[in-house]
Amino acid sequence: MINLTINGLDVSVEEGSTLLEAAQYLGFPIPTLCHMEGLSPYGACRLCVVEIGEGEKSKLVSSCTYPAEEGLKVRTASARVVRARKMIIELLLASCPQSKTIQDLASKLEVRQQRFRQEHEDCILCGLCVRMCEEQMMAKAIGFRGRGEKRSIGTPFDIKSDVCRFCGGCIYVCPACQLRCTYNEPEKAICGGCANLSPPCVEIDRFNDMMCYMDPCVACEIEKD
Amino acid sequence: MIKLNTIFDLNALHDRLISSAKPEIPTVVITAGTCGQASGANDLIRIAKREILTRGLTERLHLRVTGCHGYCEMEPSVLVEPRGTFYPNVGIDDIPEIIDAAVKGITIDSLLFKEPVTSEPVEKQSDLPFYKKQVRTILSANEKIDPIRIFNYIENDGYSALMKVFGIGKSSRIIAEIKASNLRGRGGAGFPTGLKWQFLADQPSRNGKYLVCNADEGDPGAYMDRSILEGNPHSIIEGMIIGAYATGATEGIIYVRNEYPLAIKHLLIALRQARDLGLLGENILGTGLSFDIKLVKGAGAFVCGEETALIKSIEGKMGEPRQRPPFPTQAGINGNPTAINNVETWANIPVIIRNGAESFRSIGTKNNSGTKIFSLVGKIKNTGRVEVPMGITIGEIIYDIGGGPVGKAKIKAVQTGGPSGGCIPSDKFDLTIDYDSLAEAGSIMGSGGMIVMDEHTCMVDVAKYFMNFLKEESCGKCFTCRKGTQRMYEILDDVSNGEGSLEGLELLEELANSVKDTTMCQLGQTAPNPVLSTLHYFRDEYEQHVEKGKCPAGVCRSLITYSITEKCNGCTACLRACPEEAISGKKKERHSIDQSKCTQCGACWSVCKFDAVEVL
Repeated sequence: MINLTINGLDVSVEEGSTLLEAAQYLGFPIPTLCHMEGLSPYGACRLCVVEIGEGEKSKLVSSCTYPAEEGLKVRTASARVVRARKMIIELLLASCPQSKTIQDLASKLEVRQQRFRQEHEDCILCGLCVRMCEEQMMAKAIGFRGRGEKRSIGTPFDIKSDVCRFCGGCIYVCPACQLRCTYNEPEKAICGGCANLSPPCVEIDRFNDMMCYMDPCVACEIEKD
Repeated sequence: MIKLNTIFDLNALHDRLISSAKPEIPTVVITAGTCGQASGANDLIRIAKREILTRGLTERLHLRVTGCHGYCEMEPSVLVEPRGTFYPNVGIDDIPEIIDAAVKGITIDSLLFKEPVTSEPVEKQSDLPFYKKQVRTILSANEKIDPIRIFNYIENDGYSALMKVFGIGKSSRIIAEIKASNLRGRGGAGFPTGLKWQFLADQPSRNGKYLVCNADEGDPGAYMDRSILEGNPHSIIEGMIIGAYATGATEGIIYVRNEYPLAIKHLLIALRQARDLGLLGENILGTGLSFDIKLVKGAGAFVCGEETALIKSIEGKMGEPRQRPPFPTQAGINGNPTAINNVETWANIPVIIRNGAESFRSIGTKNNSGTKIFSLVGKIKNTGRVEVPMGITIGEIIYDIGGGPVGKAKIKAVQTGGPSGGCIPSDKFDLTIDYDSLAEAGSIMGSGGMIVMDEHTCMVDVAKYFMNFLKEESCGKCFTCRKGTQRMYEILDDVSNGEGSLEGLELLEELANSVKDTTMCQLGQTAPNPVLSTLHYFRDEYEQHVEKGKCPAGVCRSLITYSITEKCNGCTACLRACPEEAISGKKKERHSIDQSKCTQCGACWSVCKFDAVEVL
């Protein structure tokens, strides 16, 4: 067992557990978008930052990836942590304003405005879908491509993947995006997950790979050429 | 090639090479690193070879092709030994003359370097102002060694540190020696190398341990590592073999960026020669040490210089940093203990072992021993690579070695540490060069890039340039680094277009601090440095952009206008240079610029010989 202090409380956790697990076990809420039980920790969204160490040597680390260390002093909601989280939420709101999850987080952290130029993106590149596909579905159909501002998620060469089993797991775990399913471009569809959901229309042949699990379904409106 | 089976074989080879050397025969040394080749060294080599062969001088004159000596401004340069005569900016027509003079043992005064103030010719390389204040413990070897000839390296005391290490015979004493030297990692962070080796040596070896040479030098304007790789690859190999003996490592990897073709070529040749000679492989020199080095080429991502991303890249995965701990010395390549050192650190190892930790510590300051190589570029007279003792001031490097500004404009600031570094203003030039004081001033040592800026450099533009670089080179894993650099660029772009606001500057500072705090790796944590340091030291420049809509340096295109003053004598040079045909006027009459057509490209300003074009 490893002994550490979280928000002044002495706790002991099993070796190998992360700070996030330790804090959640004790009931300290830490917001996160890219963490999910059963998937390996990644540390992409940075929302789960906590402050460790003391004095000048204190620093922020992502609690989902940082291992619990003997004697570590952790603060999950210090002024520095809250300030950082608010800035992250503000950046998220500026990029993905429509996401319900992000809106809820913003309201919880009392972020009332965002001061950047408004964008409308669908993906925050948290990587949950990539890890879901690889680690739970053993498919590795999708992955990250590119780096920096050109980074994106998709199948290799944007061609419909042969190893994708249309499980829909990627859509299921997505915390932010609303339009992951690119139903009207079947060739580019990331997973085709909608294909195994029961179609709302009777004429299934006509709209075969155009079904969208989203409500409302617009498959009938976009007729296949 | 003969194979050396024992330490005595190597010693005998060394002695034989020394005794058969003829130092009295004059040698023409041509610098042909990438920089030298770019300025025409290959032609010089061709002409020199032809001259020597056709005139039958092979017995009376030697030719040596080496890597870069450091004085880039004077490339291609020729050095004649044993006198040490230095000829700068040599043309192909000068070569026959130089060869003649070298054979006769005389110098050609007209081709010598001229002292900038007195215009007196300076003969010896060591007397040049550029070299005088340098302490070249590593770089001095470059001029003595032909990088593709291992015998050349052995003749110049190469692999003698390795013999000494095998003579000591105890790994703990070698680590103690490195620790005693106080050598700190030259990649930028300054972690004590001896300590890192100790961590690696203490780890149990299950499936082997790795040593890595980080040669993924990606900073704009930095080329220190390249010149060592090109000019003296065996010093790195020797350093790594010593490292393997000290730490028990079984495999070595040199991770070099693919944009360095000459470095890769020289490394591959050097590795093959070392293997053929029995200095790499199984049971090296009969000591029982088995160690081999392979070369891995990087695919061009800046972030792969970060050690955890570098490990991923070596493993064949996407170059993305990961959380430390576990540190690479605990779990690195394929989960095995790995120690990663920079090129310059490895090159320092043979020097420390050969001369002893005591002598290494005598250079530099207490906590920052030894020398550091910088690449001096930008608005400075003597661009080049300089090796200086730690503790020297920035001013000494810029004015004494670098020779000060190029034109009339004063030097305003120096940017150290590449994209992750910061700008240090000229009133702080008495700052000493060491890891701690640079960090205190808001910059970093980095791997050693030094970009000099004068009054015609706009600090907003500089920050924007680096942010543009970083938003493309961030791996994109951490949301705050990926989006933060994009947003910082966005705000800086607004400021340089005259659309910024004071609130925008506050937001920029707030965002920069958040990015610094919340990202995982060193790239993200230092990415805001260009913004933070320019905001700290040059806030008035930002405010002039925002409040008055003016760019004081005359760089930001949206905020400046060009006009022609009464100094114009109507030479029509600007009229011909203008790509937009915005300038009109008759010969010998004052010209004028049509502002509606002008795109602020500055072509007129740069061609005007009479200072008649004004930037406002």
